[in-house]
Amino acid sequence: MTLLAERPAVFDEGPAHEHEAGPSGFLKWVTSTDHKVIGKNYTVTALIFFLMAGAMALLIRAQLANPDSTLLSQHTYNEMFTMHGSLMIYLFVGPVSFGGLANYIVPLQIGAPDMAFPRLNALSYWLYLGGGSLMMMGFLTTGSAADFGWVAYAPLSNSINTPGAGPDLWIVALILTGFSAIFTGVNLVTTIYYLRAPGMTMFRMPIFTWNMLVTGILILIAFPVFTSALVLLWCDRHLGAHIFEVSGGGVPVLWQDLFWFFGHPEVYILALPFFGIVTDVIAVFSRKPIFGYRGMVFATISIAALSTSVWAHHMFTTGVVLLPFFSLMSYLIAVPTGIKFFNWIGTMWRGSVKFDTPMLFCVGFLATFLIGGVSGILLASPPVDFATHDTYFVVAHFHSVVMALVMGAFAGFFYWYPKMTGRMLREGLGKVSFWLMFIGTNVTFDPQYLLGLKGMPRRIAEYAASDGFTTLNRISSAGAVLLFLAVLVFLVNAFVSWWKPIPAGDNPWDASSLEWATSSPPPHHNFLWIPPVRSQRPVWDYNHPEDRILEHAKPRRGGLVGAAGGGTVLLQDVRLDGADTLDSGDADR
Amino acid sequence: MGIPGVAKLRRIARFLLLSTLALGLGGCTLPTFGAFRGATSQGQAEFKLWSWMTIAGLVVAVIVWGLILWAVIAYRRRDPNRIPRQFHDNLPVEIIYTAIPLIIVGVIFFYTVKTENKIDALAPHPAVTIKVTGFQWGWSFSYLNSAGKQVALVETAQTRPPVLAGNPTSPEYPQFVMPLGETTQVELVSADVVHGFYIPAFNFSRYALPGVTNDFDFTPVRTGVFAGHCAQYCGLYHAEMLFSVRVVEPGAFATWLNTQSAAAVAA
Amino acid sequence: MKVESYVLLFVGIFFGLVGLAYWLMSHEDAGAIMLLGTFLLGSVPGGYYLWWSRRMSPRPSDNPKASIEDGAGVVGAFPGSSIWPFVLGLGATFVGLALVFGAWTLAVGLFLAVAALVGVVYESRRGGLV
Repeated sequence: MTLLAERPAVFDEGPAHEHEAGPSGFLKWVTSTDHKVIGKNYTVTALIFFLMAGAMALLIRAQLANPDSTLLSQHTYNEMFTMHGSLMIYLFVGPVSFGGLANYIVPLQIGAPDMAFPRLNALSYWLYLGGGSLMMMGFLTTGSAADFGWVAYAPLSNSINTPGAGPDLWIVALILTGFSAIFTGVNLVTTIYYLRAPGMTMFRMPIFTWNMLVTGILILIAFPVFTSALVLLWCDRHLGAHIFEVSGGGVPVLWQDLFWFFGHPEVYILALPFFGIVTDVIAVFSRKPIFGYRGMVFATISIAALSTSVWAHHMFTTGVVLLPFFSLMSYLIAVPTGIKFFNWIGTMWRGSVKFDTPMLFCVGFLATFLIGGVSGILLASPPVDFATHDTYFVVAHFHSVVMALVMGAFAGFFYWYPKMTGRMLREGLGKVSFWLMFIGTNVTFDPQYLLGLKGMPRRIAEYAASDGFTTLNRISSAGAVLLFLAVLVFLVNAFVSWWKPIPAGDNPWDASSLEWATSSPPPHHNFLWIPPVRSQRPVWDYNHPEDRILEHAKPRRGGLVGAAGGGTVLLQDVRLDGADTLDSGDADR
Repeated sequence: MGIPGVAKLRRIARFLLLSTLALGLGGCTLPTFGAFRGATSQGQAEFKLWSWMTIAGLVVAVIVWGLILWAVIAYRRRDPNRIPRQFHDNLPVEIIYTAIPLIIVGVIFFYTVKTENKIDALAPHPAVTIKVTGFQWGWSFSYLNSAGKQVALVETAQTRPPVLAGNPTSPEYPQFVMPLGETTQVELVSADVVHGFYIPAFNFSRYALPGVTNDFDFTPVRTGVFAGHCAQYCGLYHAEMLFSVRVVEPGAFATWLNTQSAAAVAA
Repeated sequence: MKVESYVLLFVGIFFGLVGLAYWLMSHEDAGAIMLLGTFLLGSVPGGYYLWWSRRMSPRPSDNPKASIEDGAGVVGAFPGSSIWPFVLGLGATFVGLALVFGAWTLAVGLFLAVAALVGVVYESRRGGLV
């Protein structure tokens, strides 16, 4: 007999269905298709890869702290930066957001019992774990792990220049994780399109969910190109093809073209989820609605669309790409990003902002992403790119951006850890991690802008004392120690919070979206009861009925009618006429 | 905000305007943050664009940081029970902060295209032509005469490079010479993987690609010796793939070239 | 379903325009084809959703005045526990290993993968644990 999940009517008295006895223990975990279990799996696995990649980063900074450094051989150093980048980008930042947090939170935010395809969801996780393990297995091979950079440019990545099992494992690993991501993208889009609760129209979804929808579409656009390019590389390496080799009539630059058509949307796949987290967290901790909700949605979609049109800005120095087209498209991304920034500030504006750890990390995100974004505009100019491409200026730019995203990730962890575990993370330790991370990020990466302008190329295993790079490198390496401590304090926090729990309750933050309407952690199939959805903030409306946003209410006079907000108006400016009541159905209370 | 607040704002605005004028008229040089002013005319064009873009970027950043800081200070929670006015839209403001960045982008794009056309322009009759070949892990500079025949060659010794990087201007790395004030055209290609021909002091780098030749011009405006690096990761000894450039007076260059050709003939 | 279709159609229209502009300006094949693919990725499902949104009966999740009761009842089938995703993932990993190291892992991997695909089909037919 098949039991089908039901969305309970509001006055469902009984507890959740008791299913027949399922598996228990390890078998229960391995066979689970519950999005919450899969989300936690992804998050923990991604954090483990983060720690491994972080250790590699510390080795890199230890090497570069001194000129003429022989701490690591050139070969080992090249492996380190390759695997650091690969693990961070392919196995941490992406999976933790679209596999971890999104899997857990999106169904809850839209009032769904699970993701649309639970078994496909589970498969995504196992492919990710399998692929990630294969990549790390490279370290166990005789030639050692891949060492051609996380971008694997041809012809360097062919079997003549980089032979061995390590690079092969890297390629196969990414084919597996690529499929994992594509399946997650399918799941995200389908879930958001089909499983929203009654009344949860598209423009009432939380911005995190909107951003995950757009991320899902971007994944579907970008990852197949990457997977195909990897297969082509495999053919070059093992099947005698000459797709990327001049000798057989191939075109090496084609690899760059294909890779970056994936690679640039990929970095926005990494970024958009954290934009969404930050948006939701700032609104909650400012006790105000999101400022410019529709502008945010439009900006996110524009950023995603533009990001797929700019790929060759990574290839300005090849001399074979259309410079004006790609530089204009790259500049244009600043416009919707600026809209988002002003909307984040607008959300805080005249609000009542509490600087608990999630909000602190959001402010850190704003301050750091600004630096990364402005340096990105500089890089979008081909002449400036000629001077700074492949130098530490670029390294500083993307690390500013990525560390901002990591701060967004920590905002998400601190914000949703109570929902996922029923416990609070420690505030004091959280604040310490924040300051260590924020100061550490700036001390590590701001000097690298200067290093790039001074002419230090990237991916160099060592530099000479006469280069004049030493002092700035030393400052940068000192900053890395702060980042290490930030992560350490967070791990201590997670450990202490688990073993000596402070109970969280359903809604410790007085937040607004549907995930806060259910218990912490949520029960099987997520909801015993769902409040009526009449705005973007169903839980807030239920808890603060006198401070709601209303739709379809008639204004008394002009007043502040937010026409752009789809007819939503301030309660104070509105006199409700009798026909249009707060209760649009008797079951709403 | 009452009248005193407005007067305060006016005072701040006046101060900023005066200091900006003083800075500009006083002619003091702004910090370059380590960037090179450019030893070629192309490099100088890049420096100018970079300077203006950096100033614009810093102004934007300071304004936005200022707004963030203001929000963080002025709107922090003082009364735990107060729920602020739940506004969420302001169409005129939103339109303004969409339009202004668009205009800024348009202006930047205009100057960017002008500058990149200047940097990428190729002289029809360059004074000197050098074919540069990057290979794992060194460089070869082949001077060509007007018929395209090689008249001189400077290259990294084909024996394995030293284990650690040294000073790029030292004699163990190849140094090619260019005449001051005249246009040298470089034809850049790679013999194996993608390399990056990067001269920081010229504010310039370009990929050496296998099978595709990249042409570009240098018109030096200063004499001196300038370091060169490989800027595109190319394998094991990427960090040691160094070279340097020496810019000399045209007379000295002609002498040098004759010596090089004579040596090549004699060898 | 209209807004959902508009999101995808926006992708389609945007990349139709950008792809056309890019092709006319550069005649670069690879980029033009990738942009064409993106155009199709937006317009085909987007066009379908637009067509379907006009024919489908309205859903509670598109109705801003819907009450939770309106959506009560069966939402869908959500298989609660299944070993096959793990088996398929394991099989794919072994096939990956086989590609790199060759030989016997391919047999294991293919066996696991096929077993999983068969298992999933049977599971769907008889209804898994929810």
